[in-house]
Amino acid sequence: MTDFVNLTIDGKPVSAAKGTTVLEAARQAGVNIPTLCYLKGINEIGACRMCVVDVGARSLQAACVYPVAEGLKVVTNSAKVRDSRRTTLELILSNHENKCFTCSRSDNCELQKLANDHNIKEIRYAGEMLEFPIDRSSLSVVRDPRKCVLCRRCVSVCKNIQTVSAIETNERGFKTIVTSPFNMPLNETPCVNCGQCINVCPVGALRERDDTDDVWDALNRPDLHVVVQTAPAVRVAIGEEFGLPIGSRVTGKMVAALKALGFAKVFDTDTTADLTIMEEGTELVDRIKNGGKLPLITSCSPGWVKFCEHNYPEFLENLSTCKSPQNMFGAVLKSYYAKKHGIDPTKVFVVSVMPCTAKKFEAKRPELSVDGLPDIDVVITTRELADMIREAGLDFKNLEDAQYDNPLGQGTGAGVIFGATGGVLEAVLRSASYLITGKDDETTDVSIVRGVDEIKEAEVTVAGVTLRAAIAHGLGNARILLDRIKAGEASYDVIEIMACPGGCVNGGGQPIVSASVRNHIDIRVERAKALYEEDTELHIRKSHKNPIIKMMYDEFFDVPGSHHSHKYLHTHYQPRDNYPENV
Amino acid sequence: MGCSCCGTDKMAQELDRIIAKHKDTRGGLIPVLHEAQELYGYLPMSVQKQVAEGLGVALADVYGVVTFYTQFSLNPKGKYKVSVCLGTACYVKGSGPIFDKISSILKIKNGECTPDMTFSLDACRCIGACGLAPVIMVNEDVYGRLTVDEIPAILDKYRKMEAGIA
Repeated sequence: MTDFVNLTIDGKPVSAAKGTTVLEAARQAGVNIPTLCYLKGINEIGACRMCVVDVGARSLQAACVYPVAEGLKVVTNSAKVRDSRRTTLELILSNHENKCFTCSRSDNCELQKLANDHNIKEIRYAGEMLEFPIDRSSLSVVRDPRKCVLCRRCVSVCKNIQTVSAIETNERGFKTIVTSPFNMPLNETPCVNCGQCINVCPVGALRERDDTDDVWDALNRPDLHVVVQTAPAVRVAIGEEFGLPIGSRVTGKMVAALKALGFAKVFDTDTTADLTIMEEGTELVDRIKNGGKLPLITSCSPGWVKFCEHNYPEFLENLSTCKSPQNMFGAVLKSYYAKKHGIDPTKVFVVSVMPCTAKKFEAKRPELSVDGLPDIDVVITTRELADMIREAGLDFKNLEDAQYDNPLGQGTGAGVIFGATGGVLEAVLRSASYLITGKDDETTDVSIVRGVDEIKEAEVTVAGVTLRAAIAHGLGNARILLDRIKAGEASYDVIEIMACPGGCVNGGGQPIVSASVRNHIDIRVERAKALYEEDTELHIRKSHKNPIIKMMYDEFFDVPGSHHSHKYLHTHYQPRDNYPENV
Repeated sequence: MGCSCCGTDKMAQELDRIIAKHKDTRGGLIPVLHEAQELYGYLPMSVQKQVAEGLGVALADVYGVVTFYTQFSLNPKGKYKVSVCLGTACYVKGSGPIFDKISSILKIKNGECTPDMTFSLDACRCIGACGLAPVIMVNEDVYGRLTVDEIPAILDKYRKMEAGIA
């Protein structure tokens, strides 16, 4: 039984569960209290003082951390409260680089909205501004500390959720700044490029590296055959950039937009997600049958792979040697596809649209190239694609649905669900019987591996083989899982790890959802729902049944795990130091 | 005198002992940093990395703490530590220009050390000698009621001492 307490908020009687914060109780009562640093489940530290309310105490209290109590009288909207919030805002703005015109977050900025909502027309406090250079060293993340409002959401997500701790709040007082230790360039820190910091930033202090110019340049070159692939999670999120509700599936409009932008072919990463299942599933069966290194751990998530290289080098042999679906796609395009269509592979230019900032780093890994040709030429995020669509003046919402091109535009339901945590493992299980015995079974929906529980476990027997499986999403959860295995407390045959909480649907390249929405809606669940819908609507839902996959093996790769597939579809890893040599 | 930034193996071993002593104490980071600074004179990256690895915390956490507290230093200190009081009384009496004068003569900024390791310069809070404002300290020597013009002679005195010893 939950205990309830009675209080009043702006004179209105409210009953709220004990332990609830004033902020949450007010929301339930329909009273909106502005916040800035608060982000549910990630940053609840009462630092910014935007949410102050009068509870009859000597000073105003931060509603985001103040617990409800019996008889409490809360005033959220008095002259004193409004003055305090305004002053706080003006002080933040006095040390903020107010260049909204050119800011990546213009129109989607929580600070801008607060300034508007609080009727701030001018900033009364002029004074010294903190100067700090923009850090463009990372292939994925750009940091602009002059826009930082010191809310610490990025620090919290990096440290507490991802347990990466690439950045921290350093110095004190006016000089306080969020940077890496010793102000090292981000690319020299253990940053895994997951981009979760970008997704939680209320302002434009963090953004992805903009690679759209490289795409436009390629599209302008008549000598190039410019091909684009889209990852599954993009189609269930990009609609948000154009005002559609969270969880809208806009596959057809997205494909239409890409065609309108001028890509020669629009393909679906789902196809090589299916290919990944064939290769990785075969690798798993081989390791089980022949006493190979277990558990096999998935390698689709580049944030996770880099995290493993930095923090768990002893597990590198456990990582599947399969390239990620993104890179398999590039390798297939520049080999099988180019050959089949008589195109010079050096003229095939591969663009990936990914929900992920770490994919930008992955694409530049020197080992992810074949015969001197990088698998992928440019990676843009879901947000960057939206930028390009706007730049081209396309009316996204009213585009007529279009279809992916063939041959590499056909994926299965198994490929689609790669975008949600548990999806890769479910896809493996759908094909497990076939991969073990050569015969299909009934396994399709494996609901036990779905959902956003932090660590999921399942024991599944397929064709007489019992697979002990685990799934972790978010690197903090991955750390817990791996530490359990190291301590001998748990043992598995196969593990799926995704760097981002919720998997790719909540990747660091996805549309940014403001805290005012994220505090009440689990975007991971809403977007994943749309993926599972697409899965159930597809005629083919198992990777090994994809006719394109059969064709690719027949015509080029021979069989999964063949010499040819190893040349194009597999890779290797290396341990990485957490920081460079002493400076 | 050579650079001591990298320390010696012996110092590293001593640091390991310090870390081991506090490893299982909650809040052990700050005592470790205090003792490490006593040992090395300051907290360079190599020391902070060893502390981070030894305590099992991120380097970012260590660096965050080191830069938060003014008593921790990222830079080595000189043989003669010059502290200029920028407390209210000294500041009003003109310690700002005195600080700037020393900074320009020694060609170092706040918290830095001269390349020959002779002088380091720090702005400090009130040292409790407001009656003598403006005040500077060179190691344990206190100089009060100063004017900017007196600064070169004071620094020269220590230069000469240093030359005499050498």
